[in-house]
Amino acid sequence: MDFDALILSRLQFAFTIAFHIIFPSFTIGLASFLAVLEGLWLFTRKDAFKTLYLFWVKIFAISFGMGVVSGVVLSYQLGTNWSAFSAVAAPVIGPLFAFEVLTAFFLEASFLGVMLFGWRKVGPGLHFASTTLVAIGTLISAFWIISANSWMQHPTGFTTLPDGSLRAVSWMQVIFSPTFPERFAHMVLAAYLTTALVVGAASAWRLLRRDEPVSRIALRMAIGMFAVVAPLQLIVGDLSGKEVLRVQPAKLAAIEAFWETRAEQPFHILAWPDRALEGNRFELSVPKVGSLITAGSIGAEVKGLNDFAPRDRPPVFIVFWAFRVMVGLGVLMILLGGWGAWLMWRTRGPEHSRPFLWAAVAMGPAGFVAVIAGWIVAEVGRQPFTIYGVLRTADAVSPVGAGQVSASLLAFLVVYGVVFSVGGLYILRLIAEGPSPDEPEGADPPLPDRPPGYALGAAPRAKDEALP
Amino acid sequence: MTLDLPLIWAGVIAVAVLMYVLLDGFDLGVGMLFPFATPKERDVMMDSVAPVWDGNETWLVLGGGGLFAAFPLAYATLMPALYIPILLMLMGLILRGVAFEFRLRGRRRGKAFWTAAFAGGSLIATVAQGLVLGGFIQGVAVRDGEFVGGPLDWLTPYSLLVAIGLIAGYVLLGAAWLVWRTEGELQTKSHRWTALAAAATAFLLGAASLATLFVHGRIAERWGFNYINADGLSLQVERLAPLLPIPLLGLLGLALVATGLRRRRDARPFVGAFMVFLSGYLGLAVGFFPHIVPYDLTFRQAANADNALGLMLVGVALLLPVILGYTVWVYWLFRGKVSADAGYH
Repeated sequence: MDFDALILSRLQFAFTIAFHIIFPSFTIGLASFLAVLEGLWLFTRKDAFKTLYLFWVKIFAISFGMGVVSGVVLSYQLGTNWSAFSAVAAPVIGPLFAFEVLTAFFLEASFLGVMLFGWRKVGPGLHFASTTLVAIGTLISAFWIISANSWMQHPTGFTTLPDGSLRAVSWMQVIFSPTFPERFAHMVLAAYLTTALVVGAASAWRLLRRDEPVSRIALRMAIGMFAVVAPLQLIVGDLSGKEVLRVQPAKLAAIEAFWETRAEQPFHILAWPDRALEGNRFELSVPKVGSLITAGSIGAEVKGLNDFAPRDRPPVFIVFWAFRVMVGLGVLMILLGGWGAWLMWRTRGPEHSRPFLWAAVAMGPAGFVAVIAGWIVAEVGRQPFTIYGVLRTADAVSPVGAGQVSASLLAFLVVYGVVFSVGGLYILRLIAEGPSPDEPEGADPPLPDRPPGYALGAAPRAKDEALP
Repeated sequence: MTLDLPLIWAGVIAVAVLMYVLLDGFDLGVGMLFPFATPKERDVMMDSVAPVWDGNETWLVLGGGGLFAAFPLAYATLMPALYIPILLMLMGLILRGVAFEFRLRGRRRGKAFWTAAFAGGSLIATVAQGLVLGGFIQGVAVRDGEFVGGPLDWLTPYSLLVAIGLIAGYVLLGAAWLVWRTEGELQTKSHRWTALAAAATAFLLGAASLATLFVHGRIAERWGFNYINADGLSLQVERLAPLLPIPLLGLLGLALVATGLRRRRDARPFVGAFMVFLSGYLGLAVGFFPHIVPYDLTFRQAANADNALGLMLVGVALLLPVILGYTVWVYWLFRGKVSADAGYH
């Protein structure tokens, strides 16, 4: 096997999957948001919700398209670049991927067509059902892919045959491996937060320029999400961290840059971990708190990296810093949520605080950065294994040459560079144009008849009073 | 009774790939016809496939994901062997896939760029799929369950012929789709495109079929021809005869295309094009079956563990009818002629 092909394949996988995860982490949340908006519109009949729906569905369409095409790449890349992994792992996680296609991808793809193009073809109820099915599809997809990833992080329910291939012995233990619940919750909450931050930033940006009732509503919905989901995410993240301590102690040691195994581990706020030195070149630490945070008590002994053979240690510097970026942003999200909730509760409203609006704009991309940082912690922290403790990454790669992989990596860099910049530009342009209540593209589903005897049966259909 | 799981799964994958070829085939074909249409016609052409292209492409994910899950050894040898065309196909699909939305959002220059990307991406993806198919049919070098050939093994005159044939075939599907789903000037143009593409497909499919007989002695033998052992060519009629319905199906398809065009039965050329594809597909399958990595691994050797196949079969048995049900419903929902204002949002 070719060493350079290994490095290049890892780079290519890291690049294509990091690019891909941006879109699901946004569209999982956005699909649910759209379902809520459409539901609220059907329930309250306030046009503001429809205006918001028709605005965000355009952004959803662009993001979803980019997610689809970058996702197809992944389903083939496992074979082109990681064929040895495929051959070993398919008997166990193959069905998980197959179920993802059967339960999620077709559902999303088919009802997306109805959601985007069906306004005048189906009634409001069926359209709402389509939006909801797309939202459910995104969650089912997350379920299977996190299930497969959780199994790779902490494989259970399988046995190794004499020829080295794997066999599932309990599908329940494969699908619901012990770390799955925390990981799944962590990812879904991350997706909801990411979407809320984008919705909040877009609405705040509009409100900085003009006072717009629909953007006020969207901003309040986003603040509600920050205020509830961001603290919840801290708790779920901590539970997930406790699982890492239990099943992947080397990863935890890398996250915290612990080198010596000891009780009363210090907590490193900043550090410069160096694998050659087997220690930190520099650290800014709080004594004893490291054990408290990771294991729940100051006296708890926590393993350091020096307890693991050098060939079994994950890269430390990347994992340590990616974790701090993720947690740092998470703390900022909690603060933003608290600030917004306080403004809603105690003042005339968050739209009147320009500093808050600017802060919300600045935090717009924070969810994406935190998601990618989090996945770096999970995936780089799992190294040098692809299936933790079972298959080393060096043994997972395809018998392909470095030449082919460098060509494809270069092509991905160019194509994704163009697609990402243009897609991003179009989304930002739509956000800058903002939701328009007069719907230039005029898609208007028929209003259902009011029930007979309804008190206002003869009253004209009111446009939302709040709208100008 | 025990189920022959590998055989059932070979069937499931074969159906998924066929569905992909038929369904994404027509929307790739529509993309390749872009350069020959006016800007306004292009919008209508795109609107005709926009609600369904994503579902169409999902069959490709089922084909690839299904191969991974059901025949991991085939997946693990074919993908590295066909590395370059597979990656090329993915790049093409990316460019054309994002073009659906990007074209709507682009201003003048952007729209022109994504129009070109839709056409170019469709062409790249089609050529790459042809190269994959050609490379697959001519066989992949495998030893001890691992690909051992070179990075350009797939690039031969034969695979190029197959790629050109696939362009003609997808254009036929796309043009016939437009005959069915559009009206006026564009439909008249589509009539001409369908006729030309049908002629090109007939010629290239015939040429590729003949060439396939010479790619591997096994294939010729299946069809009753023998040019290896005997001196000169010999033909066993009793082998060829039961297979004759396959080429006849293709001829019937071409006849339907021709009569449909002449008698203005708008849906008929599309049905005919489907039959042409089915004929080509079955014809090729006869040649390499039961191999799933020609000509080293059979589908039985490459099959996944029985418990994995069994679990997935439960999923397929329950879900595939539902998937087909809502796919048909979506197509039915967007039935009829596409009008110029069919856009959304």
